Amino acid sequence: MATQHARSAARLMLAPAVILLLGWMLVPLTMTLVFSFKKYLPLRGGDLGWVGFENYIRFVTSSAFWPSIWATLIIVGGVLVITIAFGIALALLLDQPMWGQGIVRILVIAPFFVMPTVSALVWKNMFMDPVNGLFAHLWQFFGAEPIQWLSQASLPSIIMIVSWQWLPFATLILLTAIQSLDSEQIEAAEMDGAPWRSRFIYIILPHLSRAITIVLLIQTIFLLGIFAEIFVTTQGSFGTRTLTYLIYQRVLESQNVGLGSAGGIYAVILANIIAIFLMRIVGKNLDA
Amino acid sequence: MGRITLDKVTKSFGEVNVIPPLDLTINDGEFVVFVGPSGCGKSTLLRLIAGLEDVTSGQIRIDGDDATRMPPAQRRLAMVFQSYALYPHMSVRKNIAFPMKMAGIPEDEQKRRIDSAAKALNLTDYLDRRPGQLSGGQRQRVAIGRAIVREPSAFLFDEPLSNLDAALRVGMRLEIMELHKRLATTMIYVTHDQVEAMTMADKIVVLRAGNIEQVGSPLELYREPRNEFVAGFIGSPKMNIFGGNPAQQHGAAKIGVRPEHISASTEAGTWEGVVGVAEHLGSDTFLHVHQTGLADTVTVRVDGELPVKHGDRIFLTPEADKIHRFNEQGLRA
Repeated sequence: MATQHARSAARLMLAPAVILLLGWMLVPLTMTLVFSFKKYLPLRGGDLGWVGFENYIRFVTSSAFWPSIWATLIIVGGVLVITIAFGIALALLLDQPMWGQGIVRILVIAPFFVMPTVSALVWKNMFMDPVNGLFAHLWQFFGAEPIQWLSQASLPSIIMIVSWQWLPFATLILLTAIQSLDSEQIEAAEMDGAPWRSRFIYIILPHLSRAITIVLLIQTIFLLGIFAEIFVTTQGSFGTRTLTYLIYQRVLESQNVGLGSAGGIYAVILANIIAIFLMRIVGKNLDA
Repeated sequence: MGRITLDKVTKSFGEVNVIPPLDLTINDGEFVVFVGPSGCGKSTLLRLIAGLEDVTSGQIRIDGDDATRMPPAQRRLAMVFQSYALYPHMSVRKNIAFPMKMAGIPEDEQKRRIDSAAKALNLTDYLDRRPGQLSGGQRQRVAIGRAIVREPSAFLFDEPLSNLDAALRVGMRLEIMELHKRLATTMIYVTHDQVEAMTMADKIVVLRAGNIEQVGSPLELYREPRNEFVAGFIGSPKMNIFGGNPAQQHGAAKIGVRPEHISASTEAGTWEGVVGVAEHLGSDTFLHVHQTGLADTVTVRVDGELPVKHGDRIFLTPEADKIHRFNEQGLRA
C-alpha cells in the first residue's frame, strides 16, 4: 500500500469490518455501563431510575464478592499450572517418532472439540458420580470410600474438567514450538556433555518460553470467563462461585440487572488489570 | 591425542544401507577432509564418529579405546555444525561456557579459557551479545570457540562454511587452517567443495555412496586418481574424459586429461574444435571447445591473453605424460 490512493481505498474496504466489530463491542459495553448506574429489577417494577454508584458499592460489599474473586483466581491459576506442565510433557512425548503418530495426535487434540457443557456433563455423570462414576468404581475396587467429587473436592474437580479441555490447546501450541527447535542445537548440547535434564532446562525450556507466554495469555483471558462447566456441575455451590457465576446469579437468579451490570464492569476491569499485568511480565518475551 | 580408527563400520537406515563396511584410520594431529557429492554419506560418517548416530555394525576406536557405544559427550570430540547450532537465548560468553559448565570446570578456569578463546577468535568485544546480533562469520567463530574451550582430542566440522558468502568463506578457511597449525589437534572436516578439500587437507577421503573411493594427500589424488570418479571430482575445472577412438590410441577404455594439461594453438595440434564460451579470469581463460569429436565439450585452460573468441577454430594438444588411462571398470590402468 504505497500510494495515497491505495491507502484510502484500503481504509474504505476495511471500514465495514471495523465498524461491525466496534459496534459489536461498544453496544453491549455501553448498555452494561448504563444499567450499572440504575436500579433495574425486571420482575419487580422494571427500571426504577438512576442510583449513582450504589450498585458498585453493594456488589463489592456483599459477602459473596471476595470468595468469588478467590475462586476465580484459584481455578484460573490451577488450570494454567496443570495445562502448561502436562502440555510440555505431552508435547515432548508427541514429538518423539512413534507408530500411529497421526492418530495419537488427533486423539490428543480431540477434547478441544467437545463443547464445554458436554464435557462437563460427561465428567459429572461418567467419572465423578459418587455411585456409578468410573472414579467411584475405581475407589471401591481398592476398597476405599468413593469421593463425592463435586461436593467434597469441588474446586479441584472443576479445575480437572477445565484442564482436560484446555490441555489440547496448550499441547498443540507447545508441540509446534518444540518442532521448530533446531535439532542441531540439541545435538550440539549432547556433544557439549549436557545430560537430558540439562538439555531440557537450558535448551528446550528457553526455546519454549515464547509459546508458554502465548498459552498463558490466551488461556487466562478465556478462563476468566468459564461458566458452563460450573453451571452444569455445582451450580456455583461448594465454593465454586466465580466472579462470572456471581454476576450471572445477580442478574438472572436475583433478577437484579443493575447489580449484575456493576459486577460485569468489575469483571472487565479485573480482566484488563490481569491482561496489563501479564503483558508487562511476559511482554518482553514476545518482543525479540 | 586424537587417533580415530574405524573398523568395518556400517550404517543402515531401515532397509537402506548408507555405509557399507568401511575401514579408515585418522592419525593424531591430522587434518582429514571427507569430500564427496551430496548424499554420499560423508555427514553420516561424521555423525557416526561423533556418536550422534549409532553404528549398525563394526567398531570405532578413539585413542585405542572402543568408543562404539560411548555417548557423544564421553568421546572428547567437539563438533561445529553447519547451522552453527548456537544457543540463541544465551550470550556469546554463556554459549562458549556451556560445555565447561556441563563438565563442572571451576569458574575461574572457565573465565580464563573463554578469554583466551575470545582473544584468539577476535570475539572479545562481542562476548555479551546474543548470537542473533552477530554476523555469519562471527557466529561461526563462536561455534569454533565453543569447541576449542573443551580442549577436545579431535574437532569435527560439518560443512561449516557453506552458509557463508564467498569472500568470508576464504577468510574462515584460512582461520581454521591457522587454528589447526596452532593447536595441532586432529580435525575432521566434511565438505562437498573440492576446493576446500584440496586447500585444507593433509589427507582427503573421497566418498561415493558410502564407499571410500580413495584416500590420500591432495596432490596424490590430483596426480594419480584411482578411478574415473575421483579424477572427475578432484580438480577444477573438471578433468576432460573421453572414450572411443582417441582412448584406444592410448590403449585404454577411457582417457582423462585435465584442462590445464592441454595446450591450445590457433595453427596446429592433435585435436581440432570450435571455441564456444570463453571464461576470462584475467590470469587464465577457460575455453569450452566444441565439435572436437571427443566429447560434447572439452575444457581447456589457456593463457589469459590468448586472443580467441566465440566461433574461432582452435587446435588442442594434450601433454603426453599427463594423460590418465582408465579401464572398462573406470579404474586407473
